[in-house]
Amino acid sequence: MAEQSVTAPNAPAIGGIGNLTKRLFVKLGILPFLLFIAMVVFSLLSENFLTLQNLMNVLRQSVYLMIVALGQMMALLTGGFDLSVGTALALSSVVGAMVMAAIFAIAPDMVWLAIALGCLSGILAGVTIGIVNGAGVAFFNVSPFMVSLGMASVGFGVALYLTGGVPVYGMPRAFSDTFGYGALLGIPAPVFVAALLAIALYVFLYRTPQGRYFYAVGGNPKAASLSGINTKATLFYTYVLSAFFAAVAGMLLTARIDTGEANIGASMPLESIAACVIAGVSLRGGVGRLESVVLGALFIGLIQNGMNLAQIESYLQTVVLGILLILAVIADQIRLRYVASLKN
Amino acid sequence: MLNSINKQQGREEAGVTPLPLLQTQAITKDYPGVRALDGVDFELLAGEVHVLFGENGAGKSTLISILAGANQPSSGQISYKGMPVTLASVHDARSLGISAVFQEFSLISQMTVEENLFLGAEPRRAGLLDRARISREAKETLDELGFALRPDQRVDQLTRAEQQMVEIAKAFRSELQVLILDEPTASLTTHETDQLFELIGGLKKRGVGVIYITHRMAEIRRIADRITVLRDGRYIETVEAADATEDDLVQLMTGRVVGAIFPELNLNAPGDVVLDARNVTTNDGLVVDASLTVRAGEIVGMAGLVGSGKSEMMQACFGALAIRSGTVTLNSQGITGHTPKRNIRDGFLYLPADRRHEGLMMMRSVRENVALASLDIEPFSKGIFINRGGEKRAVEALTTRLNLSPPLIERTVEHFSGGNQQKVMLARALTRNYDLIVFDEPTVGVDVGTRASIYEFIVELARGGVAIVIISSDLPEILHLTTRAYVFYQGRTQAELQADQLTEEKVLAHFFEKEAC
Repeated sequence: MAEQSVTAPNAPAIGGIGNLTKRLFVKLGILPFLLFIAMVVFSLLSENFLTLQNLMNVLRQSVYLMIVALGQMMALLTGGFDLSVGTALALSSVVGAMVMAAIFAIAPDMVWLAIALGCLSGILAGVTIGIVNGAGVAFFNVSPFMVSLGMASVGFGVALYLTGGVPVYGMPRAFSDTFGYGALLGIPAPVFVAALLAIALYVFLYRTPQGRYFYAVGGNPKAASLSGINTKATLFYTYVLSAFFAAVAGMLLTARIDTGEANIGASMPLESIAACVIAGVSLRGGVGRLESVVLGALFIGLIQNGMNLAQIESYLQTVVLGILLILAVIADQIRLRYVASLKN
Repeated sequence: MLNSINKQQGREEAGVTPLPLLQTQAITKDYPGVRALDGVDFELLAGEVHVLFGENGAGKSTLISILAGANQPSSGQISYKGMPVTLASVHDARSLGISAVFQEFSLISQMTVEENLFLGAEPRRAGLLDRARISREAKETLDELGFALRPDQRVDQLTRAEQQMVEIAKAFRSELQVLILDEPTASLTTHETDQLFELIGGLKKRGVGVIYITHRMAEIRRIADRITVLRDGRYIETVEAADATEDDLVQLMTGRVVGAIFPELNLNAPGDVVLDARNVTTNDGLVVDASLTVRAGEIVGMAGLVGSGKSEMMQACFGALAIRSGTVTLNSQGITGHTPKRNIRDGFLYLPADRRHEGLMMMRSVRENVALASLDIEPFSKGIFINRGGEKRAVEALTTRLNLSPPLIERTVEHFSGGNQQKVMLARALTRNYDLIVFDEPTVGVDVGTRASIYEFIVELARGGVAIVIISSDLPEILHLTTRAYVFYQGRTQAELQADQLTEEKVLAHFFEKEAC
């Protein structure tokens, strides 16, 4: 970001503000503009918006979406998408909470064993959904839309069935204290986990050959295959990773609300795809940067927070989010046209 | 009917001073930062085939897109039958009788032939589609053109050649005066090409002017009346096809004397057998009981019609197509049924014919595209991590060696010309020490200048001891570039020809041998 904002202003000597805006838009996409507009609008609407305390809140509230969006990004990069992220999140929450509560009830002394096993089984339950998605997409050539839509229904049904629709209680206090409200060096635990995951994924995507292969498979599956890349395995990893990220977010969210819930995460598919698309991840696959997706998730968190402060009703917030998503896709198309006109 | 009357008048006048059917004067087209066309004068007479000739990026495509109304000139004048006209859209051009068949078809593949023919101009009765009239008129048009197509067949069930016919038939919906064809034979078989040329001959007789873009000398010789050469967006010269030699044209096009496009081979004696494929049959039946061997340091050609199995044979050896029976060995090790991944690691690379759909990630950078197949070895990676610096240096060295233009390795591949995209793909051959490299149609859609450097590149690899296979539909490539060739026919190795037998007649004889029997 820093590097781009330095080079961009001195690049075009020709044209006025309009041309400069156009070039910035082509270079950075729609996100910086939306962020700027949102900042201005919400600071005007509420004086509490632009405070350090509130911005910290935004960060803390957006990490769950951010983690899910990182997984969603993997699916989009390979030219698919994952509609079952919400379900993976809910299922991990329910299974994790149930296992944790059960072990805690049997052995109240072994708090950390209960937490560890609970988290592990919760994440495993979520990953199972990714395994089915991945197998469907990679080995049976089913469209990602169908598999993940089907699995969203399956997972949601299982989560409801397991809990009977009732929230799961009885987890050790330490779980919520540590992963929900705890902090390390002044950084809230969920933020800490999200940062670790983002860094790990960054290294994986941009510093290892397999990371590059996700882009290659999304860019041109046939070319990737003829270049000696195992495209089936790559697609399989994609959906497993996507579900893994959703499941981790599920466990963190469980710690935050201190209950296992089958109904959390319903808005995650839309919000995570929106975060990615606003951040410039191409729906055609092969294009998108992790840093931008992190910003995209923060942006959505910022919008939600700003609308809360401005006392906009939650029903209307859904409307705004949908509109933003569509705007982002339109903006992406316009940008492609500009790119063509500038490059030709 | 109207059409032919117009034409007769045109020809009578033409007896004295032929009035151009279509003419451009000082056409210029500017894109931001680039001048694609610079004051181009061009004229097309009624009843002639006028070939546009030039390297990729010379401005041919821009010129025809302007003539077809798909693009507007920045300045300059277009005249049609002596009258200045503005072609604001494809629709405008069509209503004047100017139709273009571009390389990318404008057909809806899920619709039938007749639905496509009348798309956007459907005859109606009482506000509803007049289906009877559509199929009647579609049949008339197809019959008139002599196309053996069923009007009710879905377009996605047709071969590419048949789709091309539909596209041409579409051009006939309005009274055709000018037909623009952009490399129409790129994916046609010889037989289909003959059919197309027959049609063009018929059009000429009716006084239609044909603008034809091609890179193939043989086609120019067969159908061209005049040739206009463009270079770097500028008009160079218009010559009579009968007087122009191949060398003349190449010289006009490249602006320099190119003695021969093909380099001297001067190869060392072939070494050990590198690839040995025996009795290979594929699951899809496109290759049947085919056998071949390739030795180190030799260039083996694979000739045959499109669909003869020559390309499929090498894909099967490479592991991109499933093999039902037969064996493949590489350096005496069995590799039957191995994946492309494993073959690449064992030193066997296949570079596909269709760079856009099978070769390159168009929206990614040159660097990523070149390094793709070798990210698991040094200097591209170190341990489990990618070595960014090593990758950058290696790719820079390779692109410099191949004269990539512009030499920007972070630029996305889609912004390069066809020839330079091909160089990006070929650069993969140098990222590892391969023992065997298969080039599938290495010069399709590539201009002559780049072609020469690609040939030089391939021959250098062979001199270095690499076993090379060239799959080509371009006969001169087989004749001049290979030391031995196999001819494929209906999935079988029909013949193996040694260097002294590599003549046009001998190779062509085997293309159809079995049909003749």
